[in-house]
Amino acid sequence: MKIIQVSVFLENKKGRIHDAVHVLGAANVNIKALTIAENEEFGVLRMVLDNPKDGVAALKKAGFVASITDIVAVEVDDRPGGLAKVLKILDENNINLEYMYAFVEKTASNAIVVFRFDDADKAINVLTENNIRILGKKDIQAF
Amino acid sequence: MIFNEKIECINKEELRQIQSKRLKELAQRVCDNSLFYKKRFSDLGITPKDIKSIDDITKLPFTEKDNLRDNYPFNIFSQPLEDIREIHVSSGTTGNPVVAGYSQEDLDLWADVIARSLCCAGAVPGDMIQVAYGYGLFTGGLGLHYGSLKLGLTVIPCSSGQTKRQLKILKDFKPRILACTPSYALYMAEIAKESGFDFNDSSWEIGIFGAEPWSEAIRKEIEKAWGISALDIYGLSEIIGPGVACECHLKKGLHIPADVFYPEVIDLKTSKPVLPGESGELVLTPITKMGMPLIRYRTRDIVSIDYSRCECGRTSPRISKILGRTDDMIIVRGINVFPSQIEEVLLAIEGTQPHYQLIVEREKNGLDKLEVLVELKDSFFSDEVKSLQHFENRISKEIESVLSIGVKIRLVEPKTIERSEGKSKRVIDKRNL
Repeated sequence: MKIIQVSVFLENKKGRIHDAVHVLGAANVNIKALTIAENEEFGVLRMVLDNPKDGVAALKKAGFVASITDIVAVEVDDRPGGLAKVLKILDENNINLEYMYAFVEKTASNAIVVFRFDDADKAINVLTENNIRILGKKDIQAF
Repeated sequence: MIFNEKIECINKEELRQIQSKRLKELAQRVCDNSLFYKKRFSDLGITPKDIKSIDDITKLPFTEKDNLRDNYPFNIFSQPLEDIREIHVSSGTTGNPVVAGYSQEDLDLWADVIARSLCCAGAVPGDMIQVAYGYGLFTGGLGLHYGSLKLGLTVIPCSSGQTKRQLKILKDFKPRILACTPSYALYMAEIAKESGFDFNDSSWEIGIFGAEPWSEAIRKEIEKAWGISALDIYGLSEIIGPGVACECHLKKGLHIPADVFYPEVIDLKTSKPVLPGESGELVLTPITKMGMPLIRYRTRDIVSIDYSRCECGRTSPRISKILGRTDDMIIVRGINVFPSQIEEVLLAIEGTQPHYQLIVEREKNGLDKLEVLVELKDSFFSDEVKSLQHFENRISKEIESVLSIGVKIRLVEPKTIERSEGKSKRVIDKRNL
């Protein structure tokens, strides 16, 4: 069960993050999680949105370069060693992780971490076999 | 010292006579020998007999850089290839480079005009000169070399680069004259400072700098850094290379040897001559050249011209420093860069018309930095920073292989490059030239 991440190209200029999230707000799209990867000159804003389709459309309409990527949202025990447990499973199964970031919100006593894998399907299979809960679109929207 | 006082201080009427005679011979020569001009003259219904004095030069057509490229490599030559002694090549806009062929007479002419330039700058026979222009297809190194030999200087053919060795030669050999690009002179000063070079060990008194435009501010900087008199030499390989014009110690314009390179300054719109002191495009006719003479070659350099006698005694007309260009060519570290070269690379990579902009800046060390802004397209966007960096590296490598100079690529958001009439503004030159 993959979910969609929306990525936006941003130049490292004052106010550009605000511009991007303002567009989403105006389109009534809510941001569920976000992270920024950057170098000196530009950044990539990565977000999980409640409505990625409308979000991408609004961003493109506003002139942003935006794209979607499949990611996997994973429930992680919210206690010491919780994330390590998941990563160990991935490592043991030779699954390449490109990057990851955490949700602010939680499900009951679990934290949510999103992962970008080079092979998302394989990762989902491995995690599911190991009784790690993967969250779907509905779960995300329900927050 | 004036290298050839008789000709460099000649009165106007005598000069006109020489120019007239030479132009008549030139018209005959190109008509007889150059495939390109033979056709050109016959298409326009002009014969060499129409040229009776130098004033008739306006009856002749202009020659453009494109004419050279279209006749690549040798069709514009006026002598058979076996009589061509040397060939130089400079970068063109796209596709074919510009080829310049020199007969023995032309090489002698080149040595002569550079000897005049060197004297103009204050050199005297017996001086030692450090030639730190590149030797090779570029005309800078060999041009200064031939002229120095002609004048009777001791030449150290250092070529450019290997800065620490340049400094050691400066310290140990004690040359009086330096010849290189102005940016390299500044770069050497920077390296000298960093490496603890004692500037009291510098024996340079005169610097002859050219191959790229430079400002009075840069002159002051070089003069202060090295304690020398910095003089501007101008040239282009289509005419001969360096030696087309050079400043004398008074620095009141660049003396042009008008007995061999006939100058016109024309209005960009009407192509008619502008008044002395007004700026326009410099048009040159090398009236004594044999191998590859050109008729009314449009240099695309914007200058003004002064026909008055200089206080140094020379009567040769003087052109101003280069005030600008009529095309969008920029010169970065001595290399001609045309935006269209970069456009071709981007077009090949992206498959569609790119939006891009060149930004040239002069860094503190005097070296020019070329940055290319490229608007990112959806199809090349990735959620991973490293993929975007790979994309930047790929573009910069391909551009570097075309231009032979390093460039920095910066991806920018769509529609952020300023447009006028739908087209991006191609070049932002932040250098104070």
